[in-house]
Amino acid sequence: MWKFILRRFLVMIPQLFLLSIIVFMMAKAMPGDALSGQEINPRANPAELERIREDLGLNDPWYQQYIRWASNAVQGDFGISYTHKTPVMDVIEDRLWNTVFLALVTLIFTYMLAIPLGILSGRYNDTWVDKTVTGYSYIGFGTPIFIFALIMLFVFGFALDWFPSGGSVDSKVDEGTFAYVVSKINHLILPALSTALIATTSTIQYLRNEIIDNKIKDFVRTARSKGVPESNVYSRHILRNSFLPIAAFLGYEITGLIGGAVIIETIFSYPGLGQLFLSSVSLRDFSVVTAIVMMTGFATLLGTLLSDIILSAVDPRIRIE
Amino acid sequence: MKKAILQIENLTTSFRIQSKYHAAVDDVSFTVNENEIVAVVGESGCGKSALALSIMQLHNKQRTKSEGTIHYKGQNLLTLNDTQMNKVRGKELGMIFQEPLTALNPLMTIGKQIEENLDYHTELSRDEKKSRTIELLTQVGIPYPERTYKQYPHELSGGMRQRAMISIAIACNPALVIADEPTTALDVTIQAQILDLLKDIQSKTKMGIILITHDLSVVAEVADRIVVMYAGQVVETGSVKEIFNNPLHPYTRSLLNSIPSATNEKNRLHVIEGIVPSIAKMDRKGCRFQDRIPWIPKQAHEESPHLHEVGQDHFVRCTCYKEFYFQDEGDASTHDITQSR
Repeated sequence: MWKFILRRFLVMIPQLFLLSIIVFMMAKAMPGDALSGQEINPRANPAELERIREDLGLNDPWYQQYIRWASNAVQGDFGISYTHKTPVMDVIEDRLWNTVFLALVTLIFTYMLAIPLGILSGRYNDTWVDKTVTGYSYIGFGTPIFIFALIMLFVFGFALDWFPSGGSVDSKVDEGTFAYVVSKINHLILPALSTALIATTSTIQYLRNEIIDNKIKDFVRTARSKGVPESNVYSRHILRNSFLPIAAFLGYEITGLIGGAVIIETIFSYPGLGQLFLSSVSLRDFSVVTAIVMMTGFATLLGTLLSDIILSAVDPRIRIE
Repeated sequence: MKKAILQIENLTTSFRIQSKYHAAVDDVSFTVNENEIVAVVGESGCGKSALALSIMQLHNKQRTKSEGTIHYKGQNLLTLNDTQMNKVRGKELGMIFQEPLTALNPLMTIGKQIEENLDYHTELSRDEKKSRTIELLTQVGIPYPERTYKQYPHELSGGMRQRAMISIAIACNPALVIADEPTTALDVTIQAQILDLLKDIQSKTKMGIILITHDLSVVAEVADRIVVMYAGQVVETGSVKEIFNNPLHPYTRSLLNSIPSATNEKNRLHVIEGIVPSIAKMDRKGCRFQDRIPWIPKQAHEESPHLHEVGQDHFVRCTCYKEFYFQDEGDASTHDITQSR
């Protein structure tokens, strides 16, 4: 088991290396650089700008820039943000935690909706309960998240004013107090719920179909032949088997939420990684962009590993040696 | 006089196919006595498994209806609700299924799956349940019961899995075990072992067994009585000796004639023409086997065939048996496989 995990980490090294080259070259291929915005500034001296470019090494060939960047990045130093003028890791850190909290709360909402609805829908398939849940799922599949999030923001953020409409915490409360935590959670609910209400539909349908597949399996008939009451046939036999693929998918789900928060964070002006990523791209803040992509890539690799570990933990047929 | 355990009378089980009900088990009656193995034989699609699941009430109730009576200890099983039936299933009636890999829960250890039966039907403590389970595993001939107790189904061989399945069925000392093709998924040497095991357990516990199979060699080896089913109906019943020595119904004779024989190497294996009619399309009047023996004149069949007593405890449906003969009798040379080689 530990050997397996170690081996997977070793395999990640060439994967991350390849990713870093691609990311670096693509970032460099974007037109303009961090100083392009200054060129229209009448007070900026073009010669001075050129001197800064030379100092920063922006005029060197890409592979020289890459080697310089990569050797620092290996040591955890992603350089200085051109726009924030502070180390990239400092810029990212707070936002990373915001995004992780958002992802976790979204995940909790997603499963809180998906598990009961999926079970109801699968157990009582083709009844009105199932048809209602499936109807909701199709609406969820068909609704673009940016439209739905805007509606949620308008209704609960502005019209009813139940939840704050932006930010990650109230600026008036002090860090470390109980009110701070409450404020944090309060800011999370609306973006998390908006994502969960849409994202949960695929999990509901997945669980529903697993249950419908499993309830006609031979081992379920065996359980009934032992005189097991129907509720226990579900809890001990059908559901356990139906949760397998859902549990295995958890790792990917977390990665998807961390990487895919761009839209929701932008709409709710939530200061997370996604929002930072978007603004860094438009400001040509390469050092931040590359750092975020590298971290998301690493999270994806970790997510697949996490999925494999979860699957081996819940399914005795799969053992990783 | 033997003591009857289970009496099935006029059992008809119908499946709903597009809002119409079609009988897969049609007016079946027979009795299982204590210490007796009754074999139910027939091709695939004859209603054997449908019969077994009707006794256990394991059909999907929304799509199935069962009529008639199944007497067990003074009650009609068909009138019991699910809660009452759950007290009978597993405790009084055990069931062994055909495919032991899919019939066992892949996520539960063998021990837990046997104990589950004890959970619902006994008051044993946790330790007592475990020792009873180990005892059961030993009884069915599993070499390392303590180890197998903790193993998952995929870690066992097919034969071991079927032994585990048997120990689930007999965990609460049921009066009757229904074995639905228990050896079909196993290879021949293991088949013999499993049959010996069933016979051995039966002789010790005096329980009754309904053995569902399409393999007549299995029947010859272990059964006491035979019920031959065709297209949902019983076409012939009798003792094993009687049926093997004096088969009468054309279907029974055809089945027996289809057994490969070691001494008859030259001739091609007998094949019954056609297939079992599907329950939705079959003609329910007249002899159901007549389409597969077209060389027998129509007048030989009864208009509405019923069971005739032809010997002691030997019943045959329809009168066509009196005129039946095999088409290829006497001209076996045309089927000589040496010619086609």
